[in-house]
Amino acid sequence: MSSKILKFTLNGEPVEIAVSPEDMLVDVLRDKLELTGTKKGCGKGECGACTIIMDGEAVNSCLVPAMKAMSASVETIEGIGGPGKFHPVQETFMDLGAIQCGFCTPGMIMSSKALLDKTTSPTSQEIKKALAGNICRCTGYVKIEEAVMAAAEKMREKQ
Amino acid sequence: MQSVGKSVRRVDAVAKVRGMADYVDDIFVKDMLQVKVFRSTIANGRVKKLDVSRARALPGVVVVVTYEDVPKHTFPTAGHPYNKDPKHQDVADRRLLTDRVRFFGDEIAAVVAVDELTAVKALRLIDVEYEQYEPILTAEAALIDGAVEIHEGTKNIIARSEYQLGDWEEALAQADEIFEDEFSTSTVQPCALENHGAYAYMDASGRVVVCTSTQIPHICRRVVGQALGIPWGRVRVIKPCVGGGFGSKQDVVVEPLVAFLTTVVGGRPVKLVLTREETFIASRVRHAIQFKLKTGVKKDGAIVARQMTAVSLNGGYASHGHAIVDNSGEKYRHLYDQLAIKFAATTVYTNMPAAGAMRGYGIPQVMFALDCHMEDIARALRLDPLDFRLKNLNKTGYTDPILGITVRSNGLPECIAKGRRLIRWDEKKAARRQQSGPKRRGLGMACFCYTAGTYPLNLEIAGARIVMNQDGSVQLQVGAVEMGQGSDTVFSQMAAETLGIPVDMVHLISEQDTEITPFDTGAYASRQTYISGMAVKKAAAEIKDKVLRHCGLMTGISPQSLDIADAWVVDHKGARVMPLAEVALDGYYNLACAAPFTADVTNSATTNPLSYGCTFAEVEVDLATGKVKVLEIYNVHDSGKIINPQLAEGQVHGGVSMGLGYALYEQMIFDPATGEPLNNNLLDYKLMTAADTPEIGPAFVETDEPTAPYGNKSMGEPPVMSPAPAVRNAILDATGVKFNQLPMNPHRLFERFKAEGLI
Repeated sequence: MSSKILKFTLNGEPVEIAVSPEDMLVDVLRDKLELTGTKKGCGKGECGACTIIMDGEAVNSCLVPAMKAMSASVETIEGIGGPGKFHPVQETFMDLGAIQCGFCTPGMIMSSKALLDKTTSPTSQEIKKALAGNICRCTGYVKIEEAVMAAAEKMREKQ
Repeated sequence: MQSVGKSVRRVDAVAKVRGMADYVDDIFVKDMLQVKVFRSTIANGRVKKLDVSRARALPGVVVVVTYEDVPKHTFPTAGHPYNKDPKHQDVADRRLLTDRVRFFGDEIAAVVAVDELTAVKALRLIDVEYEQYEPILTAEAALIDGAVEIHEGTKNIIARSEYQLGDWEEALAQADEIFEDEFSTSTVQPCALENHGAYAYMDASGRVVVCTSTQIPHICRRVVGQALGIPWGRVRVIKPCVGGGFGSKQDVVVEPLVAFLTTVVGGRPVKLVLTREETFIASRVRHAIQFKLKTGVKKDGAIVARQMTAVSLNGGYASHGHAIVDNSGEKYRHLYDQLAIKFAATTVYTNMPAAGAMRGYGIPQVMFALDCHMEDIARALRLDPLDFRLKNLNKTGYTDPILGITVRSNGLPECIAKGRRLIRWDEKKAARRQQSGPKRRGLGMACFCYTAGTYPLNLEIAGARIVMNQDGSVQLQVGAVEMGQGSDTVFSQMAAETLGIPVDMVHLISEQDTEITPFDTGAYASRQTYISGMAVKKAAAEIKDKVLRHCGLMTGISPQSLDIADAWVVDHKGARVMPLAEVALDGYYNLACAAPFTADVTNSATTNPLSYGCTFAEVEVDLATGKVKVLEIYNVHDSGKIINPQLAEGQVHGGVSMGLGYALYEQMIFDPATGEPLNNNLLDYKLMTAADTPEIGPAFVETDEPTAPYGNKSMGEPPVMSPAPAVRNAILDATGVKFNQLPMNPHRLFERFKAEGLI
């Protein structure tokens, strides 16, 4: 199939890459750009492991045709925090024990960050809603929700 | 204790929050080929004709392998240690590919192509014709006279077993009342978030290297050797980060096929990662088990006789097979006391996905039957259900008459007392009035017991290796497997504790490689903190002994009077003698007697402590919709001393969540006419989400287990064992209706409430 050039902003940097029309964004990120922090648990938008932030919204990158990302701003787990620095939600995930096998963690963090980018005063219901599309089989979600709440508090303190 | 008992941050936390933890599918190997499996679209039958010529001709297809091209012998897949006694070996009933189709999705052929898309396209070019038989989806259908044999010569029975202890007739004669009932559980799937996947290649010396998401690297090596018919030493298994297992990766699923396929393509790397839909049906599921119970009780509530019969549905291949329901029969015996007890069980083949290990290994099933039955007896006798259980519990000092294992710590009475307080049981019971509205509340509880490992039924062996670096830090290698449960972190804590160094001076090598890592059977049976933990403790103690002796040489102080604290060698008064790093450096570079401090230890356990616990739940049942809302739920555990409270709480949260899914939502559904799975995806199979999860209250009663490395007992599986019966008993308390079948989903509740005239 004829390939097309996809141009978008990835973790703050401009990217140009040849993709096939049938490519999904998750596969472009993982296989072509070697950003394997974004996980693939179902490929059908059921589990949320591939969650990224596209133009400010948390989306399942397995449901986004790559060409849909044209001119978009995309954030992946690799773009969160920075060298020697963590995003508050990464810190609270570590400190509060919100991680077990880790396979859902990048997606959970991206869904959490998308919420926290919009509000640093989320209610517990808003947190549950933001995470409802991300499946975790290890933690029972309890410590993850606590971590998001604690990250919000940290962010409020910094503001 | 400096490190043990503390909520130390996970050693893999940074990698996991940064997306730097590498799972099988994250690893790039050049020239990797992709594998797709051609699966049956019938549940029971035989391939009459298979035409792969069009698939072979598709550009980009490297090879198509069918059942005709694979070795003719069968092999076992269960993740049990090898047993030298053929009578105790796992059932060897698999071939790499088959023409005899035993479940919907059985493996007939495999395509190896340059990329995934080409492999998928090739699957569509394969033509097949079947001879079809009626799918066998129930125990009754499997056992009926003249039923088609799923495996020839078995009569569809994998195994039967039974035991009897005490004089049954005499015991039963003492009963004032006899209670009988039936319970059944559903087929559920572990649903680890990472699907099963592996890749394999051959190295320059011709060895087959398999990189896989597994709980059992060393067992996997043996099974791959058996499957390919090559010496086990020619197989090397590497385990990178594992995205959850819950038992389905205590089995060898995709590894033999990729190992075989790389030998077909001249050693080029080949990768097979199952889709979610494939993982549901082609990995492993939890056995659905049907139980019949009969219990003789005296008026005062003393149980005199107990009997259980069980039929376990195993699917098309044996996998762990009869071991699961045998474990049900064992813990059934361990939890309560009586004068006489009987157990008989049968495991049958059906045309469903192979059932294997899943968190709890037969115990969530049997505790659902047992502790619902106990609740019903207490209510019938108008006894307090807590007192009734407490009266009949086995006590510390109990020795199992069959296995010979002795209980040296039992905190279950304290667990029950704690749960009772946490949920305010007495207060709520006293305040409860006759309920008449559409929403009714109820309280329920249930107990469990479990072991730590499989001794004396199986080998219990674990290895640990420690090398002290020049700076006094250590490299720790274990054969035990991290799959999310936090074992790497607790082993680091254990080594730090015994060595007298901070946890960040322990560098644990998480990746398993059968070429390098010490022998250990792996992550299952909640064995690792107990069995492998002891190996770590022994290795650390050996290193410490070497350090102190060397320091004795350096200083002239008697090693017996020295100790290590905070990475310093200290004297008997605690005064600092020398930094540990100075001793370590001298150990490496002393011109006269350099010998770096190393230890390589194997622990072979011959004890097996019981852990205990209970769930207390309060629910609100909406009669009109059949929906159950869990208002409060507490799991109280006697897992001995807790090594890392935060990680232990995490185990409880996750286990309770899985237990609630088991209670209320989860079940795999098959078309009764065709055996086709109807919900093998994460939308139609109802897993708990953040929106469904109530507050979960973990609590611990910390007994001190004398046989354990640090007083600890099993922790990983126990949390999933008692939520389902506790919720069932709470629904009974709320509505007066007994649900003896899982799951207790709105559909089932609604129909029943209607039939009972409640709505």
